[in-house]
Parts: sequence; structure tokens; C-alpha cells
Amino acid sequence: MAKKASTTRRKTKKVDKEEIQKYYRDMLLIRRFEEKAGQIYGMGLIGGFCHLYIGQEAVVVGMQSAITEDDAVITSYRDHGHMLACGMDPKGVMAELTGREGGYSKGKGGSMHMFSKDKNFYGGHGIVGACVPLGTGLAFSQKYQDTGNVTLCYMGDGTVNQGQVYESFNMAELWDLPVVYVIENNEYAMGTSVKRASSQPELFRRGESFNVPGEQVDGMDVFAVAEAGRKAVEWARSGKGPYILEMKTYRYRGHSMSDPAKYRSKEEVNKKRAESDPIEKVREKLLNEKIYTEDELKEIDKEVKSIVAQAVEFAQESPEPHPDELMTDIVA
Amino acid sequence: MEVEAVDEGVIGKILIDADTDNVAVNTPIALLLEDGEDSASLDNYDASGGSENTAKEEEAASAKEESSNSSASASSSGSSVSTGVDAYDASGEIPEGTEMVKMSVREALRDAMAEEMRSDERVFVMGEEVAEYQGAYKVTQGLLDEFGAKRVIDTPITEHGFAGVGVGAAFHGLRPIVEFMTFNFAMQAIDQIVNSAAKTRYMSGGQMASPMVFRGPNGAASRVGAQHSQCFAAWYAHVPGLIVVAPHTAADAKGLLKSAIRDANPVIFLENEILYGQSFDVPVLDDFTIPLGKAKVARSGDDVTIVSFGMGMTYALEAAEKLAEEGVNAEVIDLRTIRPLDMDTIIASVQKTNRCVTVEEGWPQHGVGAELSAQIMEKAFDYLDAPVLRVSGKDVPMPYAANLEKLALPSVREVIDAVNAVTYRS
Ligand SMILES: Cc1ncc(C[n+]2csc(CCOP(=O)(O)OP(=O)(O)O)c2C)c(N)n1
Ligand SMILES: [Mg+2]
Repeated sequence: MAKKASTTRRKTKKVDKEEIQKYYRDMLLIRRFEEKAGQIYGMGLIGGFCHLYIGQEAVVVGMQSAITEDDAVITSYRDHGHMLACGMDPKGVMAELTGREGGYSKGKGGSMHMFSKDKNFYGGHGIVGACVPLGTGLAFSQKYQDTGNVTLCYMGDGTVNQGQVYESFNMAELWDLPVVYVIENNEYAMGTSVKRASSQPELFRRGESFNVPGEQVDGMDVFAVAEAGRKAVEWARSGKGPYILEMKTYRYRGHSMSDPAKYRSKEEVNKKRAESDPIEKVREKLLNEKIYTEDELKEIDKEVKSIVAQAVEFAQESPEPHPDELMTDIVA
Repeated sequence: MEVEAVDEGVIGKILIDADTDNVAVNTPIALLLEDGEDSASLDNYDASGGSENTAKEEEAASAKEESSNSSASASSSGSSVSTGVDAYDASGEIPEGTEMVKMSVREALRDAMAEEMRSDERVFVMGEEVAEYQGAYKVTQGLLDEFGAKRVIDTPITEHGFAGVGVGAAFHGLRPIVEFMTFNFAMQAIDQIVNSAAKTRYMSGGQMASPMVFRGPNGAASRVGAQHSQCFAAWYAHVPGLIVVAPHTAADAKGLLKSAIRDANPVIFLENEILYGQSFDVPVLDDFTIPLGKAKVARSGDDVTIVSFGMGMTYALEAAEKLAEEGVNAEVIDLRTIRPLDMDTIIASVQKTNRCVTVEEGWPQHGVGAELSAQIMEKAFDYLDAPVLRVSGKDVPMPYAANLEKLALPSVREVIDAVNAVTYRS
């Protein structure tokens, strides 16, 4: 079997101007959205669990650039960034976080359980590992119906220790399903570092015994992500079966909102932020290559902030679901 | 008099006095003549059946008459009908004069594990984030420091795997405590729990078993949505081979967990995230245990029996408090163990109150209340003055929205309404 896992560090090739602008905007929108979500969680507008994506923006934005609107996306509970990247309306996402009628699930799903049939976003799943067979099933259907589409199936570094992940890898390779498994290795599963939970910490190699090719990617570099993504998506779309991308990334915030974060030092977090922030990196590029001036970037910042502010306003003003909604959508 | 009899025939003797009211179902009311018999031969018939058992039944029945002047008091010849049952008396669990300390349920659980780990080398804890992180809900706080990494083990996120590892270790002589971060995630492992842990004693003809504890928070937490908010009491209570425990207070949590760790069977130990932080009196005793399989009368009363467990007890007790203000004295029974059910304690109470309301956060269909109601019907039908009513979580996945979540959960109001209905006060 030729599909051997390998590590590749990519050199950034020339990316066109429009694309860079889009990366920047999309990542910034996620960052600002999440910061705001964190804020209004603190104000009591969001309840329960709320897992922020701050630090990981390049992964989902880069991967999204590799697929079309008709391809499918599925992920876990750390899903706000994925939804925004899929083009879901920030208002509807924020209103779901506040549990309001205007939310994507009418307020019934919450942060971890959101869906958009329209945008081919299949959730938002609260149970670690569950989205992996589900994503594999989406790909099964794509192949069955010969749609020519692929599925991006995201999971965390802790998730890869669930048995159903391997059951999925095996079936996907056996049946040549058009799925790209994106492992977002942010180094921790709650308080457990990868090396404390994984006998094989090189997660891109986790498909080896099933002959699923894998590759490690700098997940803090949106260009590297986009390029690896294009290659993997092409592989899957052309009928060669599944592909694994291990994205080396980092979450800046706690696992959820109540995380004392004693398992890592402040210095570690600060160092990551200072040295490899995905948004800073693109920002520098935009300035260095004179695509934007400082003022123009400020303008974009302002625009993004206002989109988020409108989302928050909507999420506060949208009413709570009607009490009758309690008993709807259970069975058809 | 109009009677309905199973068989046709000629009445030889009427056993009931004229104008008797409230004759219980299944009470013999008359004897039919057999072929060639005449009524004189029936004069010596002992309507009570004459057994010792029935004598006891009658004693209980008359005792009951003293405490309640309402309705059906007769004993019955139906073999499934319990009378003269003994309620478990939990007051002996804590000797009088024992010093008490205030302690949260969380600390009580931790102390129970620590005490058992000190006295039995075979006991170890494993689960996600139980060691270095000190437990996702801090229940295992301090255990790693005291017992070390050999006995306090962080697992990968791999519930089906480590639950099975626990069962295997139990087969082979250890006493695992498997912590699920929440019982929602035990769904990944339910095959090992049901197919391996619960059935092996039986399948091996008694040679081998899995003495172990599966524990973790169960039931609704606040605003975490459908996949993280559900009660599994009824699921596990369905399975022969398992013991299912769900404590409410810190003292019960401690005493029951210690017993569970020592028990020869796999015990499903259902905790509750919201109760973890609540404090109760816990006895200061060297080795405080509470027997599995025994309910507790948490509050005594004569007018209605409210049966609940775990978090449900908070609704039950608050409702009882409010009802008392209205002059209704509810007896509140805390099941504590859901499998096996302590039906004696419940029946004894229903014999006194003649009415019963069950309270649980789980779904109604095939729930704990459904089982209680069936058994009360089978064993104390004649004592009931009203149908048993169930208060439960609504028959929907748990919604996230604050207002819908409130509607989905049971409420004190619903318990009071149910009590009003069974006491015909509404
Ligand atoms: C089956 C299951 N077990 C445990 C949990 C609790 N839990 C939620 S997130 C999480 C850590 C997952 O880490 P990782 O896969 O690395 O994803 P990340 O949170 O870093 O995005 C755990 C243990 C769960 N939701 N589902
Ligand atoms: Mg992770």
C-alpha cells in the first residue's frame, strides 16, 4: 500500500489577494464572535457548556477554502467557528447560544448542538467521538448517491482515543468513502495532554493500520492548512478514499468556561499567542505585501465588530422559544 | 345482592355480613356448593384460610384501620398481595448521640472512596480526569496525592474500553471504581456494563463476577442540553445482575458508596451534579455504612406517600413542606437503592396513607415511577384510595432554552398538584 503517512511542512506558495483577505476576515469574525460569546457567558446570557475556538481559527478557515458549498461538514461541541466558516449567520448562532427562538435550533439545541441543513453543517455533537461515524455516514451517502461531494469530519486530539473512530477509519478505507478526517490537535483534551493519553502521539499516523494516509499540518498557518486541505479533499473527491490531516493547533482559552487550567502554565499560553497567532500571521502578511494599510485593516476590524455586535443584539432581543415548542420536533 | 362469580353454581354459604361496605377485590364472599354437597357441610369453613400468614395480615389490617379511617382495610387471599410488611427503619443507621459534621455530597463521596481504599488494597479508581485534574467535578480531589498513580488512574477518553478493563480486573480479583465523567458518557460503555458486568455471575454458573462500582453524575445538569442531561436510573434498574443506587444526602452518599465498593455485585452509583455542592449532616463514625436495598422514610406522615430518589428528593421534600402548611402530612420515602427496590417500606407506607405519588427527573415511560406504580398496584391494590400518580421529567429530550428546560423538569408545583389529586383536594 503506497499511501504511507508522512509529515510535510509546506512552504507558502503564492496565494491570491482576495483569498488572503477572506482568510483574514473569516478568522477575525470567529475570534471576535468567540470573545463576545465569552463575555456574554460571563453576563449569564449563555448557560451550561460553552467551548470557545479562540486560537484554532486557521484550521477551519483554511479547510473551508478547500471545499465547495455542497460539501458536508460535521464536528463536535467546539463548533462555533465551524458554523461561521460554513457561512451560517452569526445572528442565528449567537441566538442559539442564548437559547432563543431565533437560534439555529430554535433555542432547543444550545452551543453544542446546532445544525444547518441549508449550509450542509451536520452539527454540533456533544458526545466525544460520535461525529466521526456520523461524518463517515455522510460520506457513505455522498458516494452512494454519487454526488461528487466530500465530507470534512473534525475531531479533537482526545477524541482519537474513542474506539468508534477506528471503526470509522476502517470502514471508510474499506469502502473508499470521500471523507477527510481533520484532527484538531490543540494539545489538550480538557486537562489531559496528548502524551498522557495517546500511546502514539503522532496522530496523523492513527490511520496507518487501516491504510488511511495521514499528514501533519501547521494548523496555526492558514495557508498551510488550505494547501493540505486542497490536496486531501482532492484525494477524497477523486475516489481514493479517506484522508487524515492532523492540525497542530492550540486553544488559548480553557476547555469550557469553567476550567481552572492548572494543567498548563500561563507562560505556555502566552508564548503560543505571541509566536504563532494565526490571525497575526495573516495580518502581517497583509501589511508586508501592502495588500492593506493599517487604516484599511482597522476598517475591517470595525466591520467585523459590528457584525458581532448585531449578532449579540439579535441574540438578546430574540424571544425565548414559545412554551409549545417543548413538545415539538420529537418525532415526525 | 348482586355478585359476579367466576363459576356458576348454587351459593351454599355467604361469608360477608349483610350491608358490608368496601369489600376488597378477591375477598371470598360466598362458597358455591360442590356436586352432592349441602350447605351444612360448609359451616366450619374458615374464611381467613387459617394460616399464620393471614393472621398477621389481619393484624396489620386492623392496625391500619386505627391509623386511617378511610376505605379498604380487608386482607385478601390473593397471594401477590402484601400485607403486614415491615418498613425498614433507617433510624438505627446512625446511633443516637453520634457527632455530626456538615459536609457536601462531593466530600462525602471522596471520603467514602478514600476510606475504602485505605482498608482494601484491591480498590482503585479510574476514569477521565480523575487523577491529575482531581476530577472533572472534583469528586476525586486529593486521591492521587494519597494513593498514587497506581491506584488513581487517568484514562484516555475511551469509555467502552476502560469500562471493560474495569470488568476484567474485577473478574480477576480487583475492586474497581470506574468513574464516568457523567453517565451520559457511560452510554458508550453500556454494552460492557450490561453484557459483561451484569451477566457474568449468571453465565458462569456463579464462578465469576464483577464486584465493582460504576459511578458518576447522572440526570439533568443546568443548561447543558439534550445529550448531557438525562436520568439513567430506569435504564440500569431494568437489568438483572446490577445493583442501582442513587443517594440524595451526603450521609447516604457516603454510607452507600462504602457499601457499594464492598458489595459482591456490579453497582451503578448515580450521583448528581447539582447535589455535589449541597451540604448535609454526616455522622462522624469510623466505619459508617448504609445497607444497599433499603429505602428510608425521610419524613413521616399519614396522608399520602411520596416516593422519590436522588435529585427528585428535593422536589418531594419541598412539596411535603408546603403541603404541611396546608395541613396535608406527606410521608416522603427516599428509595436510595433503585434496584433492588425496597417494596416493603413503600407498601407499609401506602397501607397507612392509601395514596402514592412518585417523583423522578427521568422520562415517564417505563420509568422508576412506572415500576413503583405497577408493584403498588399488584401488592397493595386494596389499600389504594386513588391511582398512583407519577411526576416525572417530560417526555422530551432536554431542551437548552432556559424557559423550556424549566418546563421539561418536574417541579414542586407538579408534586403538590399530584398530591392534591390523589387526596381529592383539587
Ligand atoms: C463520550 C464522551 N466522554 C467524555 C466527554 C466529556 N468531554 C467533553 S470534551 C472532552 C475533551 C475532548 O478533547 P478533544 O477531543 O481534544 O477536543 P477539544 O475539546 O480539545 O476540542 C471530554 C472528555 C464527552 N463529551 N463525551
Ligand atoms: Mg484537544
